[in-house]
Amino acid sequence: MEKQKALYEYVLRLADDSLILGHRVSEWCGHGPILEEDIALTNLALDLIGQATSLLNYAGELEGKGRDGDALAFLRYEREYKNLLLVEQTNGDFGKTIMRQFLFDAFRKPLFEKLQHSSDQHLAAIAEKSLKETKYHLKHTSEWVIRLGDGTEESHNRIQESLDALWKYTNEIFYKDDVDSVLIAENIIPSSEEIKAEWTKTINDVLEQATLTIPSNNWIQEGGRKGFHTEALGYLLAEMQYMQRAYPNMTW
Amino acid sequence: MEDKNILELERRFQEKIDNDIKIEPNDWMPDDYRQTLIRQISQHAHSEIVGMLPEGNWITRAPNLRRKAVLLAKVQDEAGHGLYLYSAAETLGADREETIDDLHSGKAKYSSIFNYPTLSWADMGAIGWLVDGAAIMNQVPLCRCSYGPYARAMVRVCKEESFHQRQGFEIIAHLAQGTPAQKEMAQDALNRFWWPALMMFGPNDAESKHTVQSMNWKIKRSTNDELRQLFVDVTVPQAEMIGLTIPDKDLKLNKETGHYETGEINWAEFWEVVKGNGPCNKERVDARRKAKEDGMWVREAALAFAEKRKNK
Repeated sequence: MEKQKALYEYVLRLADDSLILGHRVSEWCGHGPILEEDIALTNLALDLIGQATSLLNYAGELEGKGRDGDALAFLRYEREYKNLLLVEQTNGDFGKTIMRQFLFDAFRKPLFEKLQHSSDQHLAAIAEKSLKETKYHLKHTSEWVIRLGDGTEESHNRIQESLDALWKYTNEIFYKDDVDSVLIAENIIPSSEEIKAEWTKTINDVLEQATLTIPSNNWIQEGGRKGFHTEALGYLLAEMQYMQRAYPNMTW
Repeated sequence: MEDKNILELERRFQEKIDNDIKIEPNDWMPDDYRQTLIRQISQHAHSEIVGMLPEGNWITRAPNLRRKAVLLAKVQDEAGHGLYLYSAAETLGADREETIDDLHSGKAKYSSIFNYPTLSWADMGAIGWLVDGAAIMNQVPLCRCSYGPYARAMVRVCKEESFHQRQGFEIIAHLAQGTPAQKEMAQDALNRFWWPALMMFGPNDAESKHTVQSMNWKIKRSTNDELRQLFVDVTVPQAEMIGLTIPDKDLKLNKETGHYETGEINWAEFWEVVKGNGPCNKERVDARRKAKEDGMWVREAALAFAEKRKNK
């Protein structure tokens, strides 16, 4: 695989993670458990949509077919979205939203730390900016995981259930194929082993403080990076793409 | 003796008001002044929070990335306004939780405009342009309100509202100059939101039971009809500029006064919506109640956790 194509594919994966998760988190706006948290979740969604915009615009440039960020965000078919299965999962209760975000942030922080030194300047710049946001996200979600895990019996049980339900999607975070090997060789992206070590450390540390148990079930679900998704994504896209599909070729 | 003291306190209070000296939380104030402010500020806070729902309804269907980000930021601003305003009400001794319970029980009111549904993307434009536009007319004078914490909160709120108004106008102006389908969408939104926007200023002055006292206390600085006229005079030329038609066959410019004259507002509809019989009253309050109920376990957990950490 040539470098340019691999980079396009990689940036698209990062972009879709931010886009789809940002969309999910934005569903909370106006419905948060307390006003302060409503504001925090909306902020998170905004950061993610902002990252998605930068990344998708860059992906469009790399692809070189004249598609911009909006064309990529709103006008692809489901099979062409490359996000992790984890981020498309439905919000569930507040605990599930927080756990999904925590499992993701714990990966994104070390990833952006490394990517800000990427030999690809454009990607490095996006990573540097996104890292500042992601540090806050991880701090916020870690605190909530601990609070809910070590709060009441109900909150402990609820968030443990969310962890159990989401765990099978975590292995995919470290999915690796040709795209990765080409870019690692060019010093554009870090190896996933480095990121995984740090992710595991964060997960163990926070879940221990939260008195939560890592599921022993190692059943794995993956496919997102190749465009094979769960049933949850189709509905999300139907909603997200509605305007662009119903009123094609218009500007807004 | 006590009566004499109260009279003296009231005299000094009114003297401050007349001299435009702000009343602060620890100052003596008549109970009616306090209650009027609590009612007005908490209604305002509720309006911000309930107001998140009609626009929140379109966040996941925003037509492009920029519009999605801007709409998210706008709705988040409204949550922020709600937060300052609940805090301002707390300086008068109103507990936030109790205030919110009054909203959920139907005892407290909020702006009726949010009981109308958002049926198309153009409604995001109409709300910013008309609803935030009307809100600014109401709120700018409140920056000079006699109660310090409210006046100061309003300074920041008004700055953000003026961005909201501009983003709404930008949305609708873009649609009005777009394809026939977009233009139709924009006109339809104006048709549905124009009259409810005029109702946002409240009943005619002759019918407004709180106006006189509130003006004397400088809680309110202009009457409902004055503000409504100002809004009409500013908005009609904007509609003309972008080629949309105000849905009022009686609308005309009075060349002598320089003001626009409008047809009669449907006050029966206004009072029905205030009473709870608007298209979305139940949905709006139910959504707020559900958010609170669904979040109960989260708040309990946070409290239990804080308690545990304190004891460690």
